[in-house]
Amino acid sequence: MSPSLADLTIRQLQSELKAGNISPVDIVNDVIKSIEDKDSEVGAYLSINSEDAITNAKEADISKPLGGIPVSIKDLINVKGQPCSCGSRILKDSYTSTFDATVIKKLKEAGAIPLGRVNMDEFAMGSSTENSGIQITKNPWDFESIPGGSSGGSAASVSNGTAIASLGSDTGGSIRQPASFCGTVGLKPSYGRVSRYGLVAFASSLDQIGPITKTSEDAAIILNTIAGKDQHDSTSLDSEVPDYLQSLNGEIKGLRIGMPKEYFTEGIDSGVLSSVQQGIQTLNDLGAEIVDISLPHTEYAVSTYYIIATAEASANLARFDAVRYGNRVSDPTNIIEHYRKSRAQGFGEEVKRRIILGTYVLSSGYSDAYYVKAQKVRTLIRNDFTEAFTKVDAIVSPTAPTPAFKIGEMSNDPLQMYLADIFTIAANLAGICGISTPCGFTTSDNGKKLPVGLQLLGPALQEATVLKISDAFEKSTDWHKQRPKQI
Amino acid sequence: MQDNNIDVNYVADLARLELTEDQCERFSEQLNKVIDFIKQLEELDTDSIDPMAHASPIYDVMRDDVSRPGLGSEIALLNSPMTSNNQFKVTRVVES
Repeated sequence: MSPSLADLTIRQLQSELKAGNISPVDIVNDVIKSIEDKDSEVGAYLSINSEDAITNAKEADISKPLGGIPVSIKDLINVKGQPCSCGSRILKDSYTSTFDATVIKKLKEAGAIPLGRVNMDEFAMGSSTENSGIQITKNPWDFESIPGGSSGGSAASVSNGTAIASLGSDTGGSIRQPASFCGTVGLKPSYGRVSRYGLVAFASSLDQIGPITKTSEDAAIILNTIAGKDQHDSTSLDSEVPDYLQSLNGEIKGLRIGMPKEYFTEGIDSGVLSSVQQGIQTLNDLGAEIVDISLPHTEYAVSTYYIIATAEASANLARFDAVRYGNRVSDPTNIIEHYRKSRAQGFGEEVKRRIILGTYVLSSGYSDAYYVKAQKVRTLIRNDFTEAFTKVDAIVSPTAPTPAFKIGEMSNDPLQMYLADIFTIAANLAGICGISTPCGFTTSDNGKKLPVGLQLLGPALQEATVLKISDAFEKSTDWHKQRPKQI
Repeated sequence: MQDNNIDVNYVADLARLELTEDQCERFSEQLNKVIDFIKQLEELDTDSIDPMAHASPIYDVMRDDVSRPGLGSEIALLNSPMTSNNQFKVTRVVES
């Protein structure tokens, strides 16, 4: 297969564009061709707006920050005129976005071209993309394994060279974990850094949109465009957006990076652990000081998260009433049956399970014991990070305790699946930022190479710090440059 | 409480969600396990801790009370499964 522009980074494409060697139409054509050639096996894409993307490419202004760069979009971010099914049968083939999410508006203003809707766990609920109500997405490194989730289509498309970059969303690790499993970079900005307007809500106090890219430099380029205050999202922060590219000077000497002892306990896959330890050694060799720290409430994060996230989800998903949008069952006899049957028909198993759990923890007689209790423990978890960040500039850990697991391996055991989110969910509860960057490989049972991700967490609004560290790491390693071999 | 934390049928009714018998049984078993697990939070003394609703240091965001254009009914109705007379059409609510 001849080299495709779809395999390049945003930065590389920008140089080629500037030099006049290629045009935006060349890029879009190559991405469409890559999707046609390679996506039938992986299944990252739900739909592709080829004609519209080519029209936009013809008009693209390459002097803009993202001029002529196509970006795949997770199927829960609204792009005017395109479907937005959230990976759910309740919206499949019946919903067309009537407006642009703020991140899409900003991408378009910066010259980027939204190209394709990518698969996800239904309403972002899951860690494997197996909960999509529409199709299975496979890990490009091993077709028997899951790509991670919930932004599995985003990570698989970037990893597979069928997207230049992608926008995902992260409620408990849904950007970082699939990035880790697919060997790409994934950045979850701090809560409030990026507007959530036009992102279909899962858990509103935890959700955040962010980029999945081939390098940290590309993540910085996208964050430069999408970050900032938005009048349509009252939780977006009115804080200056620095030029994130400025911080990528490779200079991490003297930075203090914490290793939380609670994140390096039993249960971590040995291949993951050795890759991460080697990665930490690299950071140390680059001049960072590695400091032992403690996040004492770590063991309570999964419980806290699954109470708060499901409670918020049960409220958010009440809007799917099959009145204003959503597929309605035919001929319901009364309004209650209309709701009950339409929701039963439209939602998948995991969404139903979480609505039930969320409704339960908010129900009369239980909300103090579960929901309010979890909100209090959330404060303790945030305090752990506040305390830790008085001692260190960033925190390092594996992104996930294992590499990508096999399709079907965990789908019958929700608690096991929830526990796999252990290293990522605390960042959402605390509202801080985090990034996953490739740091090595481990071998799966069937002998396939599977990528491992290194997670770096930073204080709220210190995206520049984690980007600086991951970029410096990438400049001295080549894990992020390795791509799956096509069979 | 060990094996009977949650009455799935009752909660599904609150959530306006019809479940099959099979689903009810399965969710009951799975969610009882999850609830047993999340009860670990009881170990923590949180009497003097304030609950945290969200991570952002923002409260009461105000804007000037000036009218702004909305979606308009035509666009708002575009995705509705059933409309009539430029309105959403809902299944019968009152008893006949």
